[in-house]
This record gives sequence, C-alpha cells and structure tokens, in this order.
Amino acid sequence: MTQFDMSKNEIKVAPNDGSYLLDGYELVCGLEVHVELATATKLFSASANRFGDEPNTHIDPVTLGLPGALPVLNRQAVELAMRIGLALNCTVQSSTFHRKNYFYPDMPKAYQISQYDQPINVNGWLELPSGKSIGIERAHLEEDTGKSTHVGGAGGRIHGSAHSLIDFNRAGVPLVEIVGRPDIATPDEARQYVTELRQILVAIGASDAKMEEGSMRCDANVSVRKPGAPLGIRCEIKNVNSVRSLGRAIEYEARRQIVLLEAGEKIRQETRHWDETDGRTHTLRSKEDADDYRYFLEPDLVPLDPDAAWIESVRAALPMLPRERRNRLAQATGVASDAESIMVIVERGQDDYVLAVGRAGGDVGRALVHVKEAFAEQGSNPAVPAGDLAGMIILETGGKLTSTQAKTVLGELVAHGGGDATAIAAAKGFEALDNSALEAIVNQVIAAQSESWAKYCGGEEKAMGALVGAIMKASQGKADGKAVTALLQAKRS
Amino acid sequence: MFRQSLDWTVEMTTIPSTAAAIADAVRSGALKATDVLEAHLARIAEREGEIHAFNLVTTDEARAAASRIDADVAAGRDPGLLAGVPIAIKDNMCTRGIATTCSSKILEGWRPPYDATVVQRLAAAGAVTIGKTNLDEFAMGSSTENSAFGVTYNPRDITRVSGGSSGGSAAAVAAGFSPISIGSDTGGSIRQPAALCGVVGVKPTYGTVSRYGLVAFASSLDQVGPFSTDVRDSALVLEAISGHDPMDSTSIPQGPLSLRGVLSQGVEGLRVGRITDMPGGADPDVTERLEAAFDALQAAGAIMVDVQMPSMKYGLTAYYLIAPAEASSNLARYDGVRFGMRVNAPDTNAMYSATRSAGFGDEVKRRIMLGTYALSAGYYDAYYGKALKVRRLISEDFDRAYTKADVLLTPTSPIVAFPVGAKSDDPLAMYLCDVYTIPTNLAGHPAMSVPFGTGAFGLPVGVQIMAPTLGEQTMFRVAASLERSMISSGGGR
Amino acid sequence: MSETASERISTEAVIKAARLSRLDLTPTEVARMTSQLAGMLEHFADIDALDLSAVEPMTRPYPLSNVFRQDVVVQGLDRDEVLAHAPAAEEGRFRVPPIVGLDG
Repeated sequence: MTQFDMSKNEIKVAPNDGSYLLDGYELVCGLEVHVELATATKLFSASANRFGDEPNTHIDPVTLGLPGALPVLNRQAVELAMRIGLALNCTVQSSTFHRKNYFYPDMPKAYQISQYDQPINVNGWLELPSGKSIGIERAHLEEDTGKSTHVGGAGGRIHGSAHSLIDFNRAGVPLVEIVGRPDIATPDEARQYVTELRQILVAIGASDAKMEEGSMRCDANVSVRKPGAPLGIRCEIKNVNSVRSLGRAIEYEARRQIVLLEAGEKIRQETRHWDETDGRTHTLRSKEDADDYRYFLEPDLVPLDPDAAWIESVRAALPMLPRERRNRLAQATGVASDAESIMVIVERGQDDYVLAVGRAGGDVGRALVHVKEAFAEQGSNPAVPAGDLAGMIILETGGKLTSTQAKTVLGELVAHGGGDATAIAAAKGFEALDNSALEAIVNQVIAAQSESWAKYCGGEEKAMGALVGAIMKASQGKADGKAVTALLQAKRS
Repeated sequence: MFRQSLDWTVEMTTIPSTAAAIADAVRSGALKATDVLEAHLARIAEREGEIHAFNLVTTDEARAAASRIDADVAAGRDPGLLAGVPIAIKDNMCTRGIATTCSSKILEGWRPPYDATVVQRLAAAGAVTIGKTNLDEFAMGSSTENSAFGVTYNPRDITRVSGGSSGGSAAAVAAGFSPISIGSDTGGSIRQPAALCGVVGVKPTYGTVSRYGLVAFASSLDQVGPFSTDVRDSALVLEAISGHDPMDSTSIPQGPLSLRGVLSQGVEGLRVGRITDMPGGADPDVTERLEAAFDALQAAGAIMVDVQMPSMKYGLTAYYLIAPAEASSNLARYDGVRFGMRVNAPDTNAMYSATRSAGFGDEVKRRIMLGTYALSAGYYDAYYGKALKVRRLISEDFDRAYTKADVLLTPTSPIVAFPVGAKSDDPLAMYLCDVYTIPTNLAGHPAMSVPFGTGAFGLPVGVQIMAPTLGEQTMFRVAASLERSMISSGGGR
Repeated sequence: MSETASERISTEAVIKAARLSRLDLTPTEVARMTSQLAGMLEHFADIDALDLSAVEPMTRPYPLSNVFRQDVVVQGLDRDEVLAHAPAAEEGRFRVPPIVGLDG
C-alpha cells in the first residue's frame, strides 16, 4: 500500500495512515477514463465536434450510420491520441480498428468502432503528486455514442419512461479510453489520479476534460481483499460525474463489498450505477450473461502505422507536463512539490508567471503566496506585469511595507492591471513605522486600556486581540501586526 | 451476341447500341440525349413487364438530365465521356432523393440524402440514370429471386433466372433498356449474371472503384463495376468511375484506369493460365466454350500455361463464412431507429426484433445468423478465424499462379441460366453457382466475364478472365481478343 | 471430422445467434434454421483438416495504411430532411420506444 503525506495535500477525505485498510480489507481499484478529444470534427466524418448545440445539427451519413456510408480517420484525432500516449509514458505502436457489435439506439451502426487487440498506446504510467506511479495498460481511440433522453419517467430515468429521444451530435466524437492498471489503493489516490490526468490532458491540448460536461468520464473497477489474498471479484462503477463523487463511489462500493463478504456472501461481477442523490451504487446489469460483442477487424478502415518521425515530432512538441512544472516551481520556491500552493499555481498555469516575478527581482516564495491568494480569477497570463508585482514584493521583503499594506498595494495592482508599487504605497501614505514610534503607540494604548492589559498579563490570551486592534487603529494601520504581537509579548514577560 | 438487333430507329434517327457511339454522337451534336433517352424508355415500356429489371424507372429525373446534356452541347460545353448515355444503377447504390431499397422491405421508401461516389461520377461524365435495378435482397443471392419485389427474368429466356445478385442490371443491358449499367460484385454478383444474360461484366481490383454510397454487404469483398454489350463500353465506364476517392479509406490512391487504349494491342506472347486442379462441376456445354476460348487465344498468339490452385476448392467455404460475418455486422444498422421501416413494439429491444424479422427475407436472415454464429464467442476461431487463413492460402495460390501466367481463364458460371425456382429451396446448391467467381473476391483481384457463344438451349455462356491486382489492362486485352474472335467466327455480329 | 451435420450447431446456439441478431424466430423457424445452418457448416467442414497454424489471417485485399482525413468541418445533413425519413421523431430528435431489456 502506498504512503503519502496527507498534511501536504488538500484533496483528501478518507483517513489514511499509510496503509489504507477498510475493516481489514485492501482496496484494489483501476480506472477507465474516457476523454473526448478537442478536434474540430468527428473521428470518422467531417461534422463538427461541438457540445451544447441544438440536437442533430452535427450529423452526416457516417454519423447516422446510413447505408453506404464509410468512415475515414481524422488525422488530428490520431495526433491527439499520440500526445496522450506520450504524455502518459506509453509506447506508441502500429494499431488497428475493430467493430464492437451491440444494439443500442444511441449507437447508430449497431457497432462501435474501437481499438481492440492492437491499441495505439500501450504500457505507460502516470505519476501522482505523491510520487506513486499508476500503471497505464493502454490508451486507445474509439468513437462516442449519441445521447438518449428518457421522456415520461421519474427524473429522466430509463425505468418507467414512455419513450426516449436520441440526439446524434455526440455520436462519432473521438474518444481516447485510458485504461489504468489496478494500482489504486485508496479513494484519495483515485481522486489524485483523475485530477492529475485532467491537468495533463488540458496541458497538452488533447481535451478540455470537463467531468461535469461529460468530456471526461470515469468508470471505476473496484474489488477488495484481505492483505495477501488473491484478487477479489470486481464490480464496475459507472456514472461518476465529478472527482468528489469518484472517491465517494469507490469508498461506498468497497464498503458494500466488505459487508457482503463479512456476511459470508459472494460478490457478483456486475456493472453498477453510482447514484449521486442517495450516495449508493445500484446494479445496472449482471455480467453473468456476458455480452458477446463479436469483435472483428473493421474492414472499412486500414491499419494506423505512425512512423518514428511522426511520433518523435509529436513528442518534441509536447509542452512541459504538470509534474515537471511543479518540480520546477518547488525547486525555485523551496516549497514541497505536492504542497497545495504549488498544485494550485500549476493547475492555474500561473507557474511561468511566478517564476517571471522571481526573474524580475521579487522573492519567488512571496510571489507564490501572493499569486495564489490574489490571482485566483486571473488565467495563466495575469494582467499585472511580473515586474510590477516584483516591485511590490521588494518593498515588502525590504520591510518598507507591512503584510497588511502589501495586501492593499497588491489589491491596487490587481484592480488596475499593474502599477508602480512605490507610488501606490506613497499615495496611500504607507511608511513602515520605525520601532521607537511603534513602541510609543504601544505604551500609549497599554496606558489607555489598562484593564485589558491587566487581563492579558494575568494570562487571558484573548485580551490581546483588543490591545492589537487598538494599536492598529492608533497607528492608522501602519503597524505590522506581527511586530505588535511580538512587542506585547516582550512587554508582558 | 445480338448487337445488330439492338440498333433501332426513332423518328428517323438511328440510335447506336453502344455507349461509346451514343456519347460520340451526342457530343458532336449528331444526336440529342433526349432522343436517346426516349428510345430507351420506349424499349423499357415494351419489355419491362415480362423482365422486371427495375425496381424504379426514374423517367422524370432522366428527362431532366437528358435536357441538361442537350443544353450543354448547345452551349458548347462538353458534357463528358458518357454524354447522354442512359445507365441503369443497381438499387444498392445511394441516389440522392431517389428510393434506394436493396430490394428489401426494410428499406422500402427510403430516399438517401446523398449520392454514392459512383453515381456522382457518372452524372459528372454526362450519363443519364434511367432507373434502379432489381437485385437479390442486399445482394445476397445468385439468381435475383431473393428480391422482396419479385424475380428478374432473363431477357434471353424469360422462364429462366437472370443470375444474381445484379440480375436487374445484367437484364437491363441484355434487353436493351440501357447500353450500360452498374452492379456490385461480392462473390460474383456482376460476372455471373453477365454470363447468364450474355453481356460483359467486370469486377475491378478491390479499391479501384469507390464503395462510398454502395450499401455494404461484405465490406472486404464488395466492389462496384459495369455491365455492357461490348468490351469497349465496360472500359469506358470504368475509366469514368474508377480512381481514388477520399471518402473510401480502402480506395487505392491512384488515378482512373486507362483501358480503351490497350484494347487493340492483341494477346501476342501473353501467358494464359489453365487451372489444372480447378474444382469440378461445370456442365459440359460450359467447359466446351472454355476450351474454345483457350483455342481462340492461342490462335491469336497467346501462350497456354498450366497452373495449380490447390486451395481454390476451399474458396466457397471461406467466402460463405467471411461474407456472412461481415454482413451480420453491416446489416445491424437496419434497426428501425433512424431510417427505413419500423414495426412498433412496447420497448426498443422488441422493436428491433419485430422490425428486422418483418423486414428481412429468408436468405438475408440465414446469412445474418450464419455470420453471427461464425463470429460469436467460442466459434470465432473455428469458423471466421479459420476462413481468414484459408483466404490467405487462396491469395497465395494466385500469387504463385501469376508468376507463371498473366491471366487465368475459367468458366464464369458452372451452368447456363437455370429455370426460375430450380434452386430456390436449396441454398447450398445456389451457393455452388459462385465457385469460380468467389476466389478473386477473396484475393481482391480483377476479373470479368465475356460472352463466348452459347451452350445448352442456346443460352449464353460466359468465360471468366482473371488477372492479378491492378492487372485490368492485360485482362481487357484478353477480353477484346476473345470478342474479336467471336465476331470473326460469326458468333454474333 | 467425425461430427455429423446435426452436431455442428445446437438449437441453443441458433437461439443465441437469433437473439444477438435481433431476429424473432418461431420454434418451427428455429428448427429449420438449425438444420440449414448445420448442412452448411457440414459442407464447410472441408477446411477442418487443413493445418493452418502457420498461416496469417488475411483481412483485407489491398495493403494500405495511414489513410487520413484533415480535421476540417464540412456542412453535414439537414436535420429536417433526415428526420422526415425517420420512423418517428420529436423535438428535433429520433424517437424510440422505452429503452429496456437491451442487455444480452
């Protein structure tokens, strides 16, 4: 079982002492993540790949599976799939397409074109921020289905509906299915995996990877076992629509299986549906009557065999990946690479900016803190010029601004898209109090608030708040809170 | 051959019987496309009742198209290689806005929203589509008896079948309804009806003519090709419809075939192969004509060589496992959801079964069942997988044979046209009609049937010329030589 | 091979293939289909004796690879024209009966 330091990580829910056990059982989980590729057109036809438009406005003979229609592979989809493979440390290999035959109204041809025994990407891994690696078995290309809307049933459910309506705008949209190995041992690792994967996909421009819009979808294969025991029977959890739900669904499912096992019952291999409203998984279909998909090589397509030059050009064009960017920022700031601030800044894509502030002379560690706190609404290209922020930080670290004043100046910089920190500070009348001036004010306040001072000296710590407030007021905000606290403590002892 | 009888006179204008002559006359202004059309419509009105070559005669659209050709000529625009030539299209090729049924109830009334590439190219070459011809349902059959809309009778003897599955297209040309027509050939569906009706029929190399818009039967075997009264017209049509199509991934990236220029080259020094271990079963009247063809080519300077094809006898088995397997998947899209017929039922699954059971005929159901079985879990290796290996053996047989011979000659069909109903109750007996035509589909090679005299009951016999991949030029030289020898021996003209 | 025609395919296998194919067969049709398919498979048994262990399957006749389309949008079909040919449509979408019982 893996270890990771929860104190450094915000995205944690389940208690974890390094060997995650639920009532004495280990969790074994593998994730299958489907991502819609950010192409202009569909995988096998020239209709637009666009979300949210009027139903059935992006259709063509191929999308609808009309008689006589033939698929032609989208080169850009292949290139994005290769980017994904290379970013996940996979081997990109020559591959083929198969037909997976099954009837469903949102599957127009009654078969899905997918990669089967020769996928484009195999044998990679994804490194979590904690440093643990999760194996990637394969990442293959396939086409998406249309969308069914169930009419007349309670809450849009299939059961009890009067009929269903089908929109084929999504049918044929290129997907890459990323099949992870069952290396995930905690619900938190599952969340980390999906969060990290999402960041990679966005960084390399392969997908917008929005779970809420369905451009990234996650199925979890969950089983439990006693430590050292053989793998248990697994269930596949579908319909998980957020990173938060993923952890909940996995934990619920593991506990459900443990309760059954403890009661001496057997786990049935099946597909289960996560219900967000009741926080449970429900049987969708049993695998006992296993689907017979009759896979065979798609005769309408030819093999996909990217040469080394193409693969290398895709590899060379990959941007720096989030993990690498976190390491770079961690090294520059001295903060741990999986600290929240580092994670947040890299996720926002503001790490280049933070480093630029450093190059402009500002302390990188302060830049990290300020950007994290004040630039949440800004994108990867903040409006404040890096030099301007550096100017403010230089004043702050040089003792010319208190931290409160620094925040005020920063607020001005953000509000006006930059500016000269020295001028702003002067205009605000910010000059740091020298120590004798501060001590005079402190003495003044102690005299005026003798009751609070007595309480504070008697050990009543909360009395200090009133004293500090009065001192700040008397100094018109120019006093540095930390210095005031230190002075009060020194005077008491 | 009945060439002379096909020339006739309309309003004092002589209409030539070949497409080449018609196109020349129309392009030069000597003949109006509208007159050509009316003459052919008149012939249809006269004999269609007893032959039933068409599922639909598109009189209005044809008249409009012919008028446009005449207007082009009047305006000095070249209307193309096939200017004003009436052409009949097998009813499994999509024609925009014009019913395309595949002779199946399941598609009755469906009007495709797009044109097949072949249909587009014919129109661009100035051909005038006069109708959609009858076929065995979804091209599954060898007699055009498996049509939901009735049998197509052989114009040479209307008590007999026209062959199949492109029986309507063969009969249309044989009856003089159009000088040329288009068929599709998956296991002999152009060549066998051509032989039975006494016309020329060509299956080009797989990938030479686009399959886009051809309703798929078996995607790795299907190929589109022409029917005509003489060899030159088939060359002409192929030149107009062949060449790379970016809408078909299996289309060979090369320009159109160039064939008319080689027709006069003769066969001096060409090596013509006789398959010494050819599967037996051809009737004596048929083998007699094959021997006559060998003699004629030898007399014209060709060299006779013996070749062995030890795996040819397994062709039927390989074909009747591979084609149904692909068909079972290709025909899954007829599900009553997006187009065509639907039989209502309380839920979607029941609707599927009700629709497909009512919409498909017996032979189609049989092949879907056979194909589904051959692909299903537990049987794939024994049937489909094995058939693919046998396909390789047959292809390797051809490769070896073509090191010794430039072309191979066989009968097209083991028998002449048989009486309607003679084989309807015995699917296997019907399958045996394809024994000589199937191997080239498995290998993807070109092959054509040329009328070469008559056999029993004075019925036409066809000789099949086979050539290696892209060996169309050699094949057409041999075909033209056989045609010349028939003319000089007084066999028809 | 030693199997006789009737052993080449079972009634159960025919029923399963019919279910996978979404074809309703009456018991009479199942019996007839079983016997016809068995006859065919018996005929196809000619390849059973072949040693194919060293033979690569052949899936396509002409060796092509890397056939692509550029990622450029082309105007597709008109929704109204397509839906006019659909068996049932509603609110710009294709209408189907309730989706149940689709498994297996």
